[in-house]
Amino acid sequence: MHNKNLFGVSALFDSPDKIISVAKKTTDAGYKKFDINTPYPVHGMEKAMKLKPSKLGFITLVFGLTGSFIALLFMYWTMSVDYPMIISGKPFFALPAFIPVTFEVTVLLATLATVIGMITFFFKFPENHHPLHDTNYMKQVSKDKFGLVIESADKNFELEKVKEFLQSLNPIAIEEIYYQEKANNSLLEPRFLTLLFAIALVTSGTTYFVLNKLLYMTPFDWMSTQLKLNPQKPSDLFSDGYGMRSPVKGTVAQGFMPYLAKGNPNPNSNDLLENPYLITEENIKLGKSKYLTFCSPCHGNFGDGDSRLRGQFPNPPSLHSKRAQDFKDGMIYHVIVNGQNSMPSYAPYLNHEERWSVVNYIRVLQRAKNASESDIQFAKKENVKNASN
Amino acid sequence: MNIDYSQEAPAVAGRLTLAEIEELVAKPLDTRPDKKYFIALSISGSALMIGAICLALSFYYGLGLWGNNQPIGWAFDIVNFVFWVGIGHAGTLISAILFLLRQKWRTGIARFAEAMTIFAVMCAGIFPAIHTGRPWLDGYLLPYPNQHSLWVNFTSPLLWDVFAVSTYFTVSLVFWYIGLIPDFATLRDRTSSKIKKTIYSLFSLGWRHSSRHWQHYEKSYMLLAGFATPLVLSVHTIVSFDFAVSILPGWHTTIFPPYFVAGAIFSGFAMVVTVLVFVRKIFDLENIITMDHLEKMNKVILATGMMVGYAYGMEFFIAWYSGVQAEQFVFVNRAFGPYAWAYWIMVSCNVIFPQLFWVKKFRRSIPVMMVVVILVNVGMWFERFVITVTSLHRDFLPSSWAYYTPTLYDFGILIGSFGLFFTLVILFTKSLPVVSISEVKAVAEGAQPSHHGGVVNA
Ligand code: HEC
Repeated sequence: MHNKNLFGVSALFDSPDKIISVAKKTTDAGYKKFDINTPYPVHGMEKAMKLKPSKLGFITLVFGLTGSFIALLFMYWTMSVDYPMIISGKPFFALPAFIPVTFEVTVLLATLATVIGMITFFFKFPENHHPLHDTNYMKQVSKDKFGLVIESADKNFELEKVKEFLQSLNPIAIEEIYYQEKANNSLLEPRFLTLLFAIALVTSGTTYFVLNKLLYMTPFDWMSTQLKLNPQKPSDLFSDGYGMRSPVKGTVAQGFMPYLAKGNPNPNSNDLLENPYLITEENIKLGKSKYLTFCSPCHGNFGDGDSRLRGQFPNPPSLHSKRAQDFKDGMIYHVIVNGQNSMPSYAPYLNHEERWSVVNYIRVLQRAKNASESDIQFAKKENVKNASN
Repeated sequence: MNIDYSQEAPAVAGRLTLAEIEELVAKPLDTRPDKKYFIALSISGSALMIGAICLALSFYYGLGLWGNNQPIGWAFDIVNFVFWVGIGHAGTLISAILFLLRQKWRTGIARFAEAMTIFAVMCAGIFPAIHTGRPWLDGYLLPYPNQHSLWVNFTSPLLWDVFAVSTYFTVSLVFWYIGLIPDFATLRDRTSSKIKKTIYSLFSLGWRHSSRHWQHYEKSYMLLAGFATPLVLSVHTIVSFDFAVSILPGWHTTIFPPYFVAGAIFSGFAMVVTVLVFVRKIFDLENIITMDHLEKMNKVILATGMMVGYAYGMEFFIAWYSGVQAEQFVFVNRAFGPYAWAYWIMVSCNVIFPQLFWVKKFRRSIPVMMVVVILVNVGMWFERFVITVTSLHRDFLPSSWAYYTPTLYDFGILIGSFGLFFTLVILFTKSLPVVSISEVKAVAEGAQPSHHGGVVNA
């Protein structure tokens, strides 16, 4: 048996032709755990050593495809699901515009995975404590010689026999290579730990300083201290001392047409507005949701005046009374905008369209509660039609 | 001069042995830098400082210090960005595309060209970052979950740029590092200094020149070259989209992507030749970076220069042929308007002077070569200037027409970018092997087994 510390026996040769034939002979002699070291890749070596083709390409393929998929999925999610926004009239999922980024991410992931995979998985690097390092053999093959090492881990390894075999190949030199003494685990050394701690401290300190202090210092805060006038702030520029200007008299904001009968408890029927909205399904749906939100607490879900407020507020009259049924649309609108006696105005909560849709919805409730025979016939027919659909 | 083109010239001249090659390449790393080195470093360092000061002032007072103003919102910042990204392209072309095309002559220049790619992309990266005005907020360019619950706009060419340039930088760096690993191992094994050895060991990762590793290594090199090739084409294509996807006459043209890529290779090769002429002389690398290599690069410069010239002509043709008046106005204005001087500098430097390279004597003459490539560098900078500024300075309304004049700060930052580039190049020449030792060894004469030796006879 050979020395336990023996890693292997090496031999040096001096031409590429020679090393190819050496590799061939070594494989033929049945050695498996051997290696050829050359200062540059020698063509034909894979064949001579009978190496299987490199499987590195699979890593590239898998990670490349993953990159494309992740990129597309991510862009789809951000641009079409999480925060859909129309940009330049493109669809939310604008495939042609997503191609550049997909391509770049594919390339990035594929190359990084290939390289990292090769170094860690195929080479098992970094490995600066391999027994071959710092030997004369390594120095020679690093420069201009070509070398062969047969490792002691090989099944057929017998020191004398291997040496004999190497000698038969006519090498320039033969060297026995031994394991070096194991370096102690430097990861747990106190100095290293202190260094790690110091780095952590400095990094977090700087981050805190930059994000919470530096960005509020000059000149980084210049964006927030500008010469422009800020709303709600005083200014010497105008005689009234306000920074904010009020609009010119008579200005009407869009959708805020003033209501002329405002404040009049008994408006003249000429002052009442005409209903500009058609009773469409969409309009009624809007009206229903607004009615249920704003009116139903007092007027009840169907306008019967059955308040849910349990007497904390005077119960309103039914909206199905003769009086309410005879109201013009404009009158209901008037009550919404103006309120009536103890009922407050709902103008601040409902815009123009929403008020009229509530009016339309009350009309629907009224017709439903006081249906005529023909209405019932019609509804039955509709039901049959819907059921057969 | 009698050169036989019927036979491929050896990639390494002078029948150097493997050990001699290594000695030549490693010499600058083993010797102490001399006076000339420090003079060169101080010049480039001063340029860098000028840039740094101008940049610091621009940050402090804001971009009002620059000449940019309505309607010329893009000027030196974007011109410099496109210029530097373009310079970078030569490196990837040499290292990846010529690798796939099995051009042996690339080995002598690939390492240097790749380094120049990385440095040029670093210079380029500065400009989009600073032209935002508040570069400390540039993190918003990345899609990260944030308190605004907003995402970046993935349909914008400016965002594609972020991805393209950062991917390009990362991949170039990785590609470069992979090439350096065996050289680090060689340096580790030849140095006698303990500090150097530790550093080289760290970066060599423990490389053992094992054939079992070489096999994967070569495969990875192939894969990376395969990726770098479409990548390099995509990068300048995307840069050209910054312009072409807009609807501005003068920018909105479909010819931009190929035209930009050709221009990038053109300017990049010119820069590589500019630098290599000095490097081969100073470091005695004439046998590794041979006159044949320089001549081949000059041929590429000639070819791409003609492509660029074709694009200039085609832009005019399309302006006329499309019948779009705004477009016609822009191009006539380009050639004969207030910026005609810039336009004609561009045309003469990029199209006319490179025609000298039709003559073999000029292709192989160092002084002629130097003049032409420097003119090409100037011309290509002006090309980006012409594209960016002349298309903007005549807005659609004559009331918003203006004339852009750069300020001292614009020039300072431009000089600074050259300072950064050359400082990095100079530091590189003394700290890393400027030529790939293992690759050059592999193409030296007699480095590969003869067909009758090795496998067949054994
Ligand atoms: C806070 C409870 C309350 C809410 C909410 C409320 N009302 Fe009233 N409403 C009343 C009361 C009380 C009256 C009776 C006022 C009076 O004494 O004339 C009334 C009266 C009316 C009348 C007049 C009926 C009549 O016969 O004179 C109409 C129409 C009406 N409300 C519509 C609405 C609409 C539409 C809404 C929703 C926007 C609404 N109300 C929300 C309390 C409410």
